[in-house]
Amino acid sequence: MPELVNLEVFRYSPEHTPEPRFQKFQVPYNKEWVVLDALNYIKDRTDGSLSFRWSCRMGICGSCGVLINGEPKLSCATFLPSKSSKPIRIEPLRHFPVIRDLIVHIGDFMTKLKKVKPWIIRTNESPLSEGEFLQTPDEMERYHQFSHCINCMLCYAACPIYGLDPLFAGPAAIALAQRYNNDSRDQGAARRMPILSSHDGIWACTFVGECTQVCPKHVDPAAAIQQYKLTAALHSLKSVIAPRGAA
Amino acid sequence: MTSHSGYTLHHPQWLRRRVSTWWWLSRWRYFKFILREITSVFVAAAVVLLLLYVAALRRGPDALIAFQSWLSRPPILAASAVVFFFTLIHSITWFNLAPKAMKVRLGNIPVPPALIAAGHYFAWLVISLALAWIILTGG
Ligand code: SF4
Ligand code: FES
Repeated sequence: MPELVNLEVFRYSPEHTPEPRFQKFQVPYNKEWVVLDALNYIKDRTDGSLSFRWSCRMGICGSCGVLINGEPKLSCATFLPSKSSKPIRIEPLRHFPVIRDLIVHIGDFMTKLKKVKPWIIRTNESPLSEGEFLQTPDEMERYHQFSHCINCMLCYAACPIYGLDPLFAGPAAIALAQRYNNDSRDQGAARRMPILSSHDGIWACTFVGECTQVCPKHVDPAAAIQQYKLTAALHSLKSVIAPRGAA
Repeated sequence: MTSHSGYTLHHPQWLRRRVSTWWWLSRWRYFKFILREITSVFVAAAVVLLLLYVAALRRGPDALIAFQSWLSRPPILAASAVVFFFTLIHSITWFNLAPKAMKVRLGNIPVPPALIAAGHYFAWLVISLALAWIILTGG
């Protein structure tokens, strides 16, 4: 008799039952299996209607984020615990509206991400003949960590501030803005500032630090936010002391 | 948990889950964060105490002596000890978090986070010693 693992999976299908519920499943234990394998096993063998997102199966696409026993995690990067007496509880990411089962609506994050202009902005374009923008390893190091973000939104599910104040731009959007602000090729910091230093930008953050704890790519969005607070504070100080210089 | 108005074709009924008022009790890390935030109340109390001291000083020697004897009453002493304890915790957690907010570079070399925190503690020690010297030697 193979060892079995018990799962409790959040189900929500408004066209059948208006209220969400938890459904129990059993899957065989396999030491190479991650939670996503268990979900796929259920979909293939037990209940084809179970809905969840995934794509790469290797922590790159950022689409398989769920809550596993209350912790935001990538289901493709979380191994099944062996001999777990308690069932493993799998829920959709917190703080996002649920469309169906484990699938959440990510529109809010996408809108916020676009607002912080996460791309290289140039105020003066140089002609192609001048060649590429060169960057030293040291210059790259200044933003490299923030560039690892895979938009998995685990940090949003971990952040109580985002849950309480849905207008908050949120950890990943700010970290990605900093990824470009710190890039030696970028000239868009001034254009990002009004969004980042607004009330719903960095100042909504009270440094709970959970975003950094749950980030599977070690982006450290909490550090990005605190660093920008310092930048914004120095900027407003400068604009008081030397109004022309700070402009 | 939610309100529903049925299912509309091609327009799924989203489920919006509300954050519980007791969210901060759900995880130890959230609870630790709230404790850290609460210590700010004691920092504010320490500031009020200091302002009262300055106000007494302004009113003259009699007011200052009266204020100091009020301060040395056992319940006030106990309250001051509590305020001091939480202010200390607040300062320590603050200094420990400082390296997160500051990326300091010496030339091209990034200063390690532990050194940034150590710098804060060192500045704290120097300022405290200077103040102690001023107070104890009378300037
Ligand atoms: S910062 Fe980390 S947790 Fe947040 S979206 Fe990016 S990779 Fe995911
Ligand atoms: S499936 Fe792509 S990150 Fe998990």
